[in-house]
Amino acid sequence: MAERAATAVPEPEVHATSTGLSNVKLAMWAFLGSECLLFGALISTFLLYQGRSEGGPTPSKVYDIPFTSVSSFVLLMSSLTMVLALSAIQRRDEPKMRAWLMATALLGMTFIAGQVYEFTTFVNEGLSLTSSAFSSSFFLMTGFHGAHVTGGILLLLSLVGMSLDGRLPPERSETVELAGLYWHFVDIVWIVIFAAAYLIPTAT
Amino acid sequence: MAAVVDEQQVLRRRGVFRRPSATTGAWSWFTTVDHKRIGKLYGYTSFAFFLLGGIEALLIRLQLARPNGQVLSADVYNQIFTMHGITMIFLVVMPMSGAFFNYLVPLMLGARDVAFPRLNAFSYWVFLGGGLFLYSGIFLGGLPDGGWVGYAPLSTQNIAVHRMDFYALGLLILGISSTVSAINFAVTIINMRAPGMSLMRMPVFVWMTLVVSFLLIFALPVLTIGLVELFFDRQFQTTFFQAAQGAQGDPILWQHLFWLFGHPEVYILILPAMGIVSEVLPVFSRKPLFGYPVVVFSGIAIGFMGWGVWAHHMFVTGLGPVANSAFALSTMFIAVPTGVKIFNWLATLWRGDIRLQTPMLFSLGFIAMFTIGGLSGVTHAVVPADYQQSDTYYIVGHLHYVLFGGSIFGLFSGFYYWWPKFFGRMLSEGLGKLHFWLMIIGFNLTFGPFHILGLQGMPRRIYRYEEGLGFDFWNLVSTVGAFMIALSIAVFIFNVVRAHRRDEPAPEDPWDARTLEWTTTSPPPAHNFDEIPVVRSLDDFWHRKYAEGQDGRLAPVVAGGADAQGAVAVRRDDAGHGNDSGSGDGSGGHGGHGIHMPSPSYFPLLAALGLPVLAFGLLYSTFLVADGVLLLLLGLYGWAMEPSAE
Repeated sequence: MAERAATAVPEPEVHATSTGLSNVKLAMWAFLGSECLLFGALISTFLLYQGRSEGGPTPSKVYDIPFTSVSSFVLLMSSLTMVLALSAIQRRDEPKMRAWLMATALLGMTFIAGQVYEFTTFVNEGLSLTSSAFSSSFFLMTGFHGAHVTGGILLLLSLVGMSLDGRLPPERSETVELAGLYWHFVDIVWIVIFAAAYLIPTAT
Repeated sequence: MAAVVDEQQVLRRRGVFRRPSATTGAWSWFTTVDHKRIGKLYGYTSFAFFLLGGIEALLIRLQLARPNGQVLSADVYNQIFTMHGITMIFLVVMPMSGAFFNYLVPLMLGARDVAFPRLNAFSYWVFLGGGLFLYSGIFLGGLPDGGWVGYAPLSTQNIAVHRMDFYALGLLILGISSTVSAINFAVTIINMRAPGMSLMRMPVFVWMTLVVSFLLIFALPVLTIGLVELFFDRQFQTTFFQAAQGAQGDPILWQHLFWLFGHPEVYILILPAMGIVSEVLPVFSRKPLFGYPVVVFSGIAIGFMGWGVWAHHMFVTGLGPVANSAFALSTMFIAVPTGVKIFNWLATLWRGDIRLQTPMLFSLGFIAMFTIGGLSGVTHAVVPADYQQSDTYYIVGHLHYVLFGGSIFGLFSGFYYWWPKFFGRMLSEGLGKLHFWLMIIGFNLTFGPFHILGLQGMPRRIYRYEEGLGFDFWNLVSTVGAFMIALSIAVFIFNVVRAHRRDEPAPEDPWDARTLEWTTTSPPPAHNFDEIPVVRSLDDFWHRKYAEGQDGRLAPVVAGGADAQGAVAVRRDDAGHGNDSGSGDGSGGHGGHGIHMPSPSYFPLLAALGLPVLAFGLLYSTFLVADGVLLLLLGLYGWAMEPSAE
């Protein structure tokens, strides 16, 4: 009868699985594995084209590394608040979880605001999407990352909404954990992008 | 079936939506989350596309039958051969394999459904939407015409018409479908195995599904980025793949991205068929698969090594001697695990009690044709020889030997073998054999001459050739062969129609099979198994039926043994719960009573609809973009808020 119970209960969280890991968590890891290759392809394109900036400013002309370092720091700190949110719900402290989720979302929004500011500045300095191979690959790579962060912010706000609605009890803390996995992944990708795009000097 | 949905279910209103509850009737197909019905949807749709792609192939062969063909204009020919390739790869072999994954994997694992039933429905609807989107160009200025590989500059030019935009966005949509479904199957296989079903007790078909799932998960995002960059080049004037007029892009980057996806894709197309063949051969040889762990590990090895050979598609682009040598070596190495598999299949046959029934014939055809295709493939690994063969009909011959002689033969083997499981009807052996012989002769007539034509220098993708170049005779032979294949498909369709008209139920275990899907009824009830089976060994069902006697000969375990009644008796015996309904049908008796299955849902369909709407919006109007995004979000939110079963 234990086997029947395994598939009889609708909530995926309580499935008895072959590995003991929940289905959704495995699926999230598989999805993140897929995302690695997505960003891998974007970063490869960028590395190929970062030295090709005829027709527009070169990377060193437009980059404001101190500014981007600060916004990177903001994004990395959001991983800390994400961990605190998960820890709060695991201690069954829902108000605190909502507070930390909001903090994470706000830090993410700060990062996105920084990116919008940065893009605007670049365009004003003559670096548009089409000005050179470098600019196209730069905007595509960082734009994809920005879209991922934005998706993550929507996810976090949805969680806050669900929690206020009473749909996110401590028993479902795994949902917060999954959102956290995604959020940390997006942060880690940014470390790689930041290093590849801003810190490693262009060959030419 | 009604019992499965459960009597205690209360229809609750959720805003304007009422949760669908029907499990029969036409509408229920739109809301179903049952892996078996979704598998059938994949099967029906991919077979329809198979006929479409086949008609395109016949048009190509008609055009090339004689020198200076007059059937198609150059412009139409470009669209037809491009769509033939895209259709057969993305809309036939991949989803048809998906049909087998869907229907069989949970049954073979002893599970009630896949890990994420609604996500599974979503994958199907996204696939259908992507396929229709690709073909919608026929009303909107033409179909994609840059070849299925979409090389720049053919893909980036002519932005006034949206042909290659349909290619970029259509493949993006199909990629979403495949990625989602691959994640679903990877999780299902890792996590939803019946008690006792350890990894090394899984049928080889399930193993190959797992390898293919991982290949899809990791390969598709690379294509996704290539397609996004292609779309940006076409719509937003970037120059990712353009080098003309001072642009700083690089068309070779597209080739790298495409083939870094494309070569794993080749294994995505062939491994499911290898899995099917690995199931069929032991059954019809009445012997266990020779070297099961070796077959599994060579499948995994192919999955890994498939990542290190992509540039052998690009030798003629001038990568330089170091890269060429490295990729030539890796390409030769990948022939090793493939060869190992072939020898394991041959050893399975060796001294077996071989029954040459239709599924077996197709599997044997697979081995023979795939071996030819594999060997011509190794000749491409020799770089100087590849310089000679590139972009000729030799390549076209090779790829059809592996994808048609391999994948399609394997899939038909699966159709004949599992038809009684899918539909509870046996296909006729006589017609099946006729189908096989017509197909294998037609196939060799069609694609065998391609090798000769290619070595004589006939380039691929040309719509016409001059008289007197020495191409006339073999092209005509090839066209005759193509129509023979078409005839064989007509025989298959007739076979299917006839079997379903006659309405004779198939026996429970017609082939004396070895794996778990045959322990339940045919077709299985919605919940698959009344009792989740407990697995004690590889080929568990076989070992429940037979034991080895003192003299090493097989002896049936239960009286009745291999026939249908025996199979049912064994199942009851094992279940030990005294199911005395007598019908063996899960919906009768206590079968299915009280088993909660996931409820049908509108939301996967609704969310999936958003993607093609969004894609049309990107081409025609921002208003539609908003609509598509809205549909997608609405679908996803409704989905997230809806419990998987009520």
